[in-house]
Amino acid sequence: MNRTRRRKLLSSLFVGFCGMSVLLALVPLGFVLFFVVSQGVGSINFGFFTQTPKPVGEVGGGMANSIAGTLMLTSLGSLFAVPIGVVSGIYMSEFAGTTLASAVRFSADTLNGVPSIVIGVFAYGIAVLPFRQFSALAGGLALGIMMIPIIARTTEELLLLVPGTMREGALALGATRARAVFTVLLPAALPGIITGVVLALARIAGETAPLLFTSFNNPYFTTSLRQPMSSITVQVFTYAISPYADWHRQAWAGALVLVSIVFLCSLLARFATRKLAGLQAR
Amino acid sequence: MARREDLGFRLATGAFALVLILIVCAIGFELTRQSMLSIRKFGLNFWRTETWDPVSGEFGALPFIWGTLYSSILALLIATPIAIGIAVFISELCPAFLRQPLVFLTELLAAIPSIVYGLWGIFVLVPFVRRLEASTPDVLRHTPMFSGPPLGVGMLAAAIILAIMVIPFTSSVAREVLRSVPAAQREGAYALGATRFEAIRAALFYARTGVIGSIMLGFGRALGETMAVTMVIGNNPRVAASLFAPQYTMSAVIANEFTEAADPLYLNALIEIGLVLFIITLIVNALSRLLIWSMARSATRTVPVAAAVETAA
Repeated sequence: MNRTRRRKLLSSLFVGFCGMSVLLALVPLGFVLFFVVSQGVGSINFGFFTQTPKPVGEVGGGMANSIAGTLMLTSLGSLFAVPIGVVSGIYMSEFAGTTLASAVRFSADTLNGVPSIVIGVFAYGIAVLPFRQFSALAGGLALGIMMIPIIARTTEELLLLVPGTMREGALALGATRARAVFTVLLPAALPGIITGVVLALARIAGETAPLLFTSFNNPYFTTSLRQPMSSITVQVFTYAISPYADWHRQAWAGALVLVSIVFLCSLLARFATRKLAGLQAR
Repeated sequence: MARREDLGFRLATGAFALVLILIVCAIGFELTRQSMLSIRKFGLNFWRTETWDPVSGEFGALPFIWGTLYSSILALLIATPIAIGIAVFISELCPAFLRQPLVFLTELLAAIPSIVYGLWGIFVLVPFVRRLEASTPDVLRHTPMFSGPPLGVGMLAAAIILAIMVIPFTSSVAREVLRSVPAAQREGAYALGATRFEAIRAALFYARTGVIGSIMLGFGRALGETMAVTMVIGNNPRVAASLFAPQYTMSAVIANEFTEAADPLYLNALIEIGLVLFIITLIVNALSRLLIWSMARSATRTVPVAAAVETAA
């Protein structure tokens, strides 16, 4: 009898512990979001989005150049990551059983786990050192490398979700494999693939480490891809470790913009997935 | 006709897929090539000596590898029980209407950029840790783990922030792994009169390879995490056992000193640290993936009910 009671007690303790761990994880989430919003919102104004940084001591200034920089760097990254990612995803799902597909899948997963700072060092070695110049191109390259495995794996998984009958139907009508993929399977999986791209974008938009010594930083607005380019993340880092209170405020505002971007992207992605689920139910 | 076109399709898409493998190889090759100066000059001593003095050209990376391993292991000790608890709560215990919101919230925890955690760390966590350290009882302060002045920045702050960042990764993989445990497992345990804890323990035991894989995946994340750690660990290249001491990690030293490294040997030494970080994370990730995959594969095979019941009893 006693033993039964002990077992039951242990069981409730365990259930309580699991509930507690959820709360424990949500506390920092709440704290981070609370501080980012409460500290950041006061420094966000029109000038924050339209002006470039002012020198120390002068009040005001904004992150217009960094926001534009982040948009350009992420677009640059997706420009070459999306085709490579999507097509390798197609390969992995179409030729799933082959050795190459397994090797690619394995590489994608390991590449996904390579620390972003290492990707930065790599991009520095191939795109900065040879030209003796920090450049937006190098930054875009680093971000693109980080996107490829995410996009490839999502594409693969979503293509496998498309009902096999659709593929068989296309093949039975005499379509080649390429035609079946591009006219039947891809359109069906498209909302999901877009979700994957958006999620990958959200992740790399928040990356700092790979940009520190590739696109570096730039206090001025620039559209030149061969010049150093500012980004929100690197700018926040510069401001955060500076000793100036005014710069700290700007850092919080930058963090708020970053978190908003990430949050919007996740919501967008969820919306797209729901749409995809609706399509499959039909 | 169609077959030849199919071959073309296969080759064309395969070429793109090959790029992924090539990138991984290229990273290894490039980092090795760029760190040859340092590898030739210091050899294995690079990893055994503690002096990091760019001015006199002496480079020993022991403090960084120590800091990386110490902070990651501490983070893992904090994060693992919590992450497993979350995974169990979401997949086994919580009411259905709570499941989706909780999944979303834990994913949000993973989506917050590292730099934002770092900013929060500097201005919120570090002052908090400083107060915590200052109020540590004197008895503890004399032990090596808690010696030194309460600075706030240091190993403890780094471990806490790493743990927060690792939790969502471990818990989401562990959740998936738990979901792949057949329902018959739990039903069998309950039918034998097991309590909730015992049934879940049996499920966790059944899924052990995958669970270990998920913990290792979190370890890999912690090893490579850069910005947040750089901002709170104190950046002091010393090997110290104290949780209060400012220390340094491999990724942090690269982030801080890379653009300042004017001298080729200095740059090579930093890239060599990057190379070793790459190799370590590659091994950890490969192992964890293998574990998770083998788990997924065995779950699709027949269900060894008899073995499960034994462990439940």
